Amino acid sequence: MPEQIFQFLVTGITVGALYALVGLGFALIYNASDVVNFAQGEFVMLGAMTAIALVAAGWPLALAAIVATALTVVVGLLLERFAIEPAWGASVVATIIITIGAAIFLRGVALLLWGKDFHALPPFSGDTPLHLGSATLLPQSLWVLGGAAALVTLVHLFLNRTLIGKALLACSFNRAAAQLVGINVNVMLRLAYGLSAGLGAIAGILIAPITFSSYEAGIMLGLKGFSAAIVGGIGNPMGAVAGGLLLGVLEALGAGLISSGYKDAIAFMFVLMVLFFEPTGLFGHKVAERV
Amino acid sequence: MKNRLMKNLLAATLLLTGSHLVNAADDPIKIGSFLTVTGPASFLGDPELKTLQMVIEDLNAKGGLLGRKVELVHYDTGGNAKEAVNFVKRLIKSDNVDIIVGGTTTGDTMAVIPDVEKEGITLISLAGAVDIVEPVKKWVFKVAHTDRMAAAKIYQDLRKQNLTKVALITGDGGFDKSGREQLRTLAPEYGMTIVVDESYGNKDTDMTTQLTKIRATDAQAIINFGFGQAPAIVTKNIKQLGIQLPVYQSHGVASKTFIDLAGEAGEGVRLPAAALVVAEQLPDTDPQKPVLLAYKKDYEAKHGPVSTFGGHGYDGVMIAIEAIKRAGSVDKAKVRDEVENTKGFIGTAGIFNMTPQDHMGLTLDAFKMVEIRNGGWKIVD
Amino acid sequence: MRLAGFYLFAVFAALLPILFPDNYFVIVIGASAGLNVMLAVGLNLLIGYAGQISLGHAAFFGMGAYASAILTTRFAWPGLLAMAAGLLVAGSIAWLFARPILRLRGHYLAMATLGFGIIIHVIMVQANHWTGGPDGLSGIPPLNLLGWTVDGDRQWYGVIAAAALLTIWLSLNIVDSRIGRALRAVRGSEFAAQMMGVDTASAKTQIFVVSALFAAFAGSLFAHQQAFVSPDSFNLLISVELVTMVVLGGMASTFGAACGAIALTLLHQGLVVFEDYEMLIHGGLLMAVMIFMPQGLFVGLSQAVRRLKNEI
Repeated sequence: MPEQIFQFLVTGITVGALYALVGLGFALIYNASDVVNFAQGEFVMLGAMTAIALVAAGWPLALAAIVATALTVVVGLLLERFAIEPAWGASVVATIIITIGAAIFLRGVALLLWGKDFHALPPFSGDTPLHLGSATLLPQSLWVLGGAAALVTLVHLFLNRTLIGKALLACSFNRAAAQLVGINVNVMLRLAYGLSAGLGAIAGILIAPITFSSYEAGIMLGLKGFSAAIVGGIGNPMGAVAGGLLLGVLEALGAGLISSGYKDAIAFMFVLMVLFFEPTGLFGHKVAERV
Repeated sequence: MKNRLMKNLLAATLLLTGSHLVNAADDPIKIGSFLTVTGPASFLGDPELKTLQMVIEDLNAKGGLLGRKVELVHYDTGGNAKEAVNFVKRLIKSDNVDIIVGGTTTGDTMAVIPDVEKEGITLISLAGAVDIVEPVKKWVFKVAHTDRMAAAKIYQDLRKQNLTKVALITGDGGFDKSGREQLRTLAPEYGMTIVVDESYGNKDTDMTTQLTKIRATDAQAIINFGFGQAPAIVTKNIKQLGIQLPVYQSHGVASKTFIDLAGEAGEGVRLPAAALVVAEQLPDTDPQKPVLLAYKKDYEAKHGPVSTFGGHGYDGVMIAIEAIKRAGSVDKAKVRDEVENTKGFIGTAGIFNMTPQDHMGLTLDAFKMVEIRNGGWKIVD
Repeated sequence: MRLAGFYLFAVFAALLPILFPDNYFVIVIGASAGLNVMLAVGLNLLIGYAGQISLGHAAFFGMGAYASAILTTRFAWPGLLAMAAGLLVAGSIAWLFARPILRLRGHYLAMATLGFGIIIHVIMVQANHWTGGPDGLSGIPPLNLLGWTVDGDRQWYGVIAAAALLTIWLSLNIVDSRIGRALRAVRGSEFAAQMMGVDTASAKTQIFVVSALFAAFAGSLFAHQQAFVSPDSFNLLISVELVTMVVLGGMASTFGAACGAIALTLLHQGLVVFEDYEMLIHGGLLMAVMIFMPQGLFVGLSQAVRRLKNEI
């Protein structure tokens, strides 16, 4: 039994790293704009599908990955410029609908470009499983874990050590004040969208050899990433990472120890419980309401 | 593509202005269809629709049916049973179709049965579950192999190898659950013991947890019933965990996509499949061979590798066309009787012999047990 | 005057089947639209008036539907009794969950309701023994209303149109009542409302229960009308679509929500002929409407009409 639990944990952390990467994108955009971007999962899908298409066309993997990420960043910028900026000042619900509309639109584009089939990316360093005591994992999982760790560190350093990063954080605390001290909020907004689109694309490319991809793959990933960001306290990038890992481990343990059929219900039950006791997530900052 | 879009725009305009064509002798014969062309089951519905379009285009090029053109009226349900009900009503009431071929999924088909029975129009379903034709419903027929047949075929193969303890792992879709039911029901009959019964969500990305539990049991074989990308992930995870048991998949993955996705891990996986995927390997004496090769050639010339699901579309629409031909009219009752009278029809799924008691008309030998070898299918029985 | 719009709606609903007898788009799609009107009007009370988003509303719709389906097929209960049981179940669950859930704000509330919806959906799929699993339950008997059996599309159109009008009328009255005024205060600023002595928690709970009851009522009718239920009709995408109806039509307006429901039902029927382009157009339209008419179609269009009038 302990051996099994060890494998459950390894599985949970791998899956959790994936949720964390998607959740991080949610947190970044929320930070800059107070908008939850429900098209975040579609960024992941676009990155994966573009890379797969380029590799299939004979490109080397590294070049395909870079170009796919760059293209997804462009999509993120376009989305910000033509859908988010014009709707400035709309209600929370209206922006939610806009990003949901964007998600459906991007799915529609992917459907026309690549059809309905599932596609796989070849694993970066082979398919031979690695043994970790009694547990096994794929080399690709190490890429996901390593990639997640690297990206999370970079984002953390960027937000806390660079001037632009600090400016981005300032927008999340108080947009008017940020503007008053000379931060161009629009530029920050574009930066946030470009950055999270890029993060999403990289996440998509890293996981595509394990999970495959199709035009609809973004729905599930977006949902799990959103949950990760919320559990961690939305707007806190490191909280999103913790939330993602927690969710992944919980799903694996729920499936392994209780019931694999009800594992999603178990995970969401946990999310509800967290929110009932910590209404702003585990690591969210409490905000006083203005009257 | 552009042409089709224009036609659709025209159809939309007609629909909005509410104009209806009056039924006359030189109006086209209308075959209605509702398939799951988008959504999780799209890789079933997509080849089905392409096949329907291809067969009907071909038929019209050869002069049509009973001297009239044939028109396909199709709606995409997206796998939502509620949409299926509305679209079938639309086919019957608004489009006035003469016969309906469709229902990619069992859920969609079951949902529309009350309307079809009430309105009295023949429905030829392309979905799998045995519940569609058992008990027999007057107006409802089906052409795809049932999940019961798949379960029986797998158990037969296991018994040949003296394996009796099996582990089940299935998804949370209708196809998966219904297959799981059949596997559980048939187990005693074939002397099988199900030692562990796990499930996963069809959009899950990792099933190692469930497989770790299976590894800890004394199961002698793993049966995975499902379709889409999940069975490919299961197959890869089995290899990742180093589980050496024989792996059986269902007919739901009998397409090239599965081989591509599962990659090396797919080698040695067995599954019951229609003869279509192994058409070239059949002996020349097999009456199905020419039909299969002809369909395969036509389809692959236009759309890429065939799957058995497209084959169901072929069987369904051909049975409908043959029945209308024999009936000599589109009279609903006559067409129904002729569909029920289908005898010795050589389709892609097997040879159909329908009776008033059997609205499918296939036997177990319509399935071949195949194994994945060197990235291709190989008949093993 | 307050009810002028209501009478207009009623006359419109009654005239349609007379003008277009036995037309698929009136009686079948009309009935679908009617059910969506019931759901959207109920949800609008929560989103539009109380300012509380719910991404799990399909769960209550499903509870009503499954209660009717299970009780009539497995226990041979009469339809109306099963419907009452469905209302009771949905209402009680809403009441139980209302306080902890509605304590949350903004996106946290969205997450909690979304999670709630998914949990209920998982139960529908997994509890095979009761719910029939992913393939659902079929053979639900027609609804019997005091000796009159509702059967056939035309009769269903009538029943659903009447039910939809009833929910519109109820909604208009609730909005104008004491609780309606309390809710609007909550939407402005919950804290300020509390200071003014409004029991905000209880106002929000009451409206959550009412909106769940509307949904369960629609669900029960839906189950009998389709004679079939399956989990697909109550998943996350349906919940999102319901929110879209409310927002698209125009929040905080009963008629806005009703129009949004009708518009989206028709949109889907119209777009299906575009096949592979459907998603692209659907997504594009959603974005465009929300960007250019953030207050929704109903408000946006009526403003445009007024502007046009002034110019003339």
